[in-house]
Amino acid sequence: MLSIGTPNSVSLLAWTIYISFAGALLQALLPKGKATLSRWLALIVAVAGLALAVQGFIAGIGQGRTVLVDLPWVPAMGIHYLLAADGISRVLVLLTGLAAVAGVLFSWNIELRTNEFFAFFLALIGGVYGVFLSYDLFLLFVFYEIAIVPKYFLIAIWGSTRREYGAMKLALYSFVGSAMVLIGLLAAYALSGSSSTGLVALAHANLPISAQMWLFPLVFVGFAILAGMWPFHTWAPTGHVAAPTAASMLLAGVVMKLGAYGCLRVAMGLFPHGMDPWGFSFVGVGSWRDLFAVLAIIGIIYGALVALVQTDFKFVIGYSSVSHMGFVLLGLMTLNQIGLTGAVLQMFSHGVIAGLLFAIVGRIVYERTHTRQLAELEHMNLSKRLPFAAWAFVIAGMASMGLPGFSGFVAELQILIGSWVNPWWTAASGIGIVIGVAYTWRALQRAFFSDQPANKQAHEHDNHPLAAITWPEVTGVALLTGVSLVVGLYPKILLDTIEPAVKAFLAGGVQ
Amino acid sequence: MNFLELFRVTLPETVLEVAALLVLVADLAFLRKATLKTRVAVAALLGVAGCGAALWALSLSAGAGYSYGGALVLAQGGTALVAQAGILVLTAITLLLLFNETFTKHIGEFVAVLLMAAAGGLIVAAAQDLLVIFVGLELLSLGLYILTAFAKTSGKSAEAALKYYLFGGMSAAFLLFGFSYLYGITGSTNLHQIMLALFGQVGVDARPMITAALVLIAAGLGFKVAAAPFHLWAPDTYEGAPAPAAAFIASVSKVASFALLIGIGAAAVHIFDGMLSPVGFVIEVPAGHALHYLGFNYSWSLILTSLATLSMVLGNLAALAQVSVRRLLAYSAIAHAGYILLGLAFFSHSSLSANAILYYVLTYGLTTIGAFGVVAVVERATGSDKMDAFAGLHERNPLLAAVLLVLFLSLAGIPPLVGFWAKFNLFAAVLGVAHSGLPLYLVALAIAMSAVSLYYYLQVLKRAYVLPAVDETPIKAHPTTTLVLVGIALAVVLAGCFPTLLQGWIECAYR
Repeated sequence: MLSIGTPNSVSLLAWTIYISFAGALLQALLPKGKATLSRWLALIVAVAGLALAVQGFIAGIGQGRTVLVDLPWVPAMGIHYLLAADGISRVLVLLTGLAAVAGVLFSWNIELRTNEFFAFFLALIGGVYGVFLSYDLFLLFVFYEIAIVPKYFLIAIWGSTRREYGAMKLALYSFVGSAMVLIGLLAAYALSGSSSTGLVALAHANLPISAQMWLFPLVFVGFAILAGMWPFHTWAPTGHVAAPTAASMLLAGVVMKLGAYGCLRVAMGLFPHGMDPWGFSFVGVGSWRDLFAVLAIIGIIYGALVALVQTDFKFVIGYSSVSHMGFVLLGLMTLNQIGLTGAVLQMFSHGVIAGLLFAIVGRIVYERTHTRQLAELEHMNLSKRLPFAAWAFVIAGMASMGLPGFSGFVAELQILIGSWVNPWWTAASGIGIVIGVAYTWRALQRAFFSDQPANKQAHEHDNHPLAAITWPEVTGVALLTGVSLVVGLYPKILLDTIEPAVKAFLAGGVQ
Repeated sequence: MNFLELFRVTLPETVLEVAALLVLVADLAFLRKATLKTRVAVAALLGVAGCGAALWALSLSAGAGYSYGGALVLAQGGTALVAQAGILVLTAITLLLLFNETFTKHIGEFVAVLLMAAAGGLIVAAAQDLLVIFVGLELLSLGLYILTAFAKTSGKSAEAALKYYLFGGMSAAFLLFGFSYLYGITGSTNLHQIMLALFGQVGVDARPMITAALVLIAAGLGFKVAAAPFHLWAPDTYEGAPAPAAAFIASVSKVASFALLIGIGAAAVHIFDGMLSPVGFVIEVPAGHALHYLGFNYSWSLILTSLATLSMVLGNLAALAQVSVRRLLAYSAIAHAGYILLGLAFFSHSSLSANAILYYVLTYGLTTIGAFGVVAVVERATGSDKMDAFAGLHERNPLLAAVLLVLFLSLAGIPPLVGFWAKFNLFAAVLGVAHSGLPLYLVALAIAMSAVSLYYYLQVLKRAYVLPAVDETPIKAHPTTTLVLVGIALAVVLAGCFPTLLQGWIECAYR
């Protein structure tokens, strides 16, 4: 049951939601043409959110689940405004805070409708904070949907390549996913006797196993669409590529995690028996769990292979996100302590690293070279002309490959160990890691360290020195690489918080 | 026959009729020389005052309704009270949006007819007797035909009115035919006595006849609520009618007709009240799920189910292809009618369903009036209601664009706006009646269809927010109009964030 602890400093976490929405409202009301003011306001709000997240993280060390706010919302239907945080939530809130600050820093050069941009940006952030902190299914769903609309406008207005297509595709995929979740929510609510929509109450409602058998895949897939599970991942590359830098950072950094978090907290938490064996097996797949694990592995390998042949730098990162999120989903399906811990850590790690990669490709490189085609970039001699970008990408790439010393290594290692429940899973996803090294290496080499002679066209470019790196970019890169390094070198800092939460989660019925 | 009693019960209607006459007198006798602007303002304000007085009269009446010969003719309280108050408030809002309208020089007549039609709506919402129902519906409909034709210089308006009138006349004939069958079978025109007599006929030869009568009645009422396949008038009427008339048809007329359908449902469900246990009485259908319509021998439920399914699918799919925003709103109205009919098809013995349906139709009415208000402003400035006329609205009138954003997202059912809560509540009520089998599939279909609806709402919002303006001159709206529209948008947000406000009031009315 929920421990109704005394109000303590963890409950300040709830304010991450409020200040984000207040910031969004303020931005919307800001008069036009105050771009500088708008930027600083956004940065202040994002930093304040991060500060609250850090404070909540530190205050929460050693604590279990803490209730932040519990107010009756619609008493007649048992709906509560219930915010609570366990270790998993606190880690993901921390990630959201980091992504928000980095996102603002890498959007410093947005001149078009600046205040509207940050209004949608902060509304999205507020929704994401809300999802990670909700402990009432209805409330979680509300925040989940709040996050959909700003994504559409961020991409459609400020995006690049095929932005309207990418934005609409993303919005519709998300909405279809959330429609599936809503059906599951309504059915679970009705089946449980319609007394509460609280996650804890629903988990204890002992829904009939036959119902869980169809509710679990419905809700899992509904959320997994947003997590980029193969074959529902196709929104991800187009959406990421179309999005402006900050939006791709948020998409890969936190929005995909919303999906994975929903899979974990809602689908697995409420319908654990949905993962029981079917009683028969077809080519080795004998339960929804097996099926989703296989889809996750296909996603890992498919995403990596497709990334290997992309000509657009941003598509490489876009497909790599599909691959990395495959590890998260695989980690979830291991259903053991180490695999789940790895999955949560991978959510954090990939959020940081993907944000960094998108920032380098979309902001630092693209805004200066105005191309993302690897074939053109390799004539530009970027390692000499943009050494900062080159070295930042080397670090980010090493982190993304899962080199020891970076956060990705710890996370993927744990998932691989956890996936040993079926050695085939381990073997197949191990291949994914190898291909991951290959596509990162290829992109790195072609974009930055190519020895191709500079062609004529590029020569003209050469005469224009590329714009100098600005302070927001340096700060953003330093922040994200720093976090990835710290977590990689001293993973205990997060694991101490994640592990007890995962243990409690597994003890709560998911076996 | 007690005239004093009748007067007491029909006081709100009387007040409205008096107000209508006052508007005529003021406009025709005292304002002959005044400018159209003044005349519009005076007529609208007098009309609003009339609605206010009628609302006050409504609050006075607290009785058992008007009975004749021991049978209830006009109900008071409960559904009737909520619907009547809703009709009055929505009428007043429609009138407030009249400022600056120039489609007619005969504004006094327009407002007077509008008020009389609203009086018809009040009667429909309370009627419990077939003849009174018919009289009320005709009073409402005749007013609506005239309102539709009011833009005398517009060919479209005349076309719309003629189509509406021909369809309306036909459907009234169907309705009357159905009523005559019912009277023939049961020998009564009172809803409750009819239900009781019908239950006596279950299993007897009259069953095909009952079904025929119900089909005819469904055709007549399906026309009123614009349910497929009786919806063909809606797109043309919504497109051709003057905007305030269209808003009135889309909101007030809907509220009245759905209140009538709730009245029929409630009568069917409650025939055993006082005879059996308060738990109610459920027919077990072979498939295992319970249909609550006793007297109707579940043909009614089946008829409504098919209308609902057809409306949801057809309305949403046809809306995808529209380029005119008014036609889009018409098809979305058909879709929304489908959702509500679903609630009527699976009608609970408790007040749960009635509450949910009223909540839905009231908030939907409010949102639609606001949407038509925005369309009217844009139309006056650009001369077109095509989607492309909305391009760049965020530059031309940011406030109006924001209102449009809120209203359309609410229609699409995005939380935390009221449209989402209305849907959730309605679907939860349906699943509260039976949470497996057909109701579950239909709720799933409805949710899937509302995912489809996001696409066409976003098409309009995309133009308003994403695409650049072709013509950058600002769009001016009358201050009152702006105020009312912003008020509606705020109400949509607040009612969504605090659903208990309106819901508590509706529940209070039932006690």
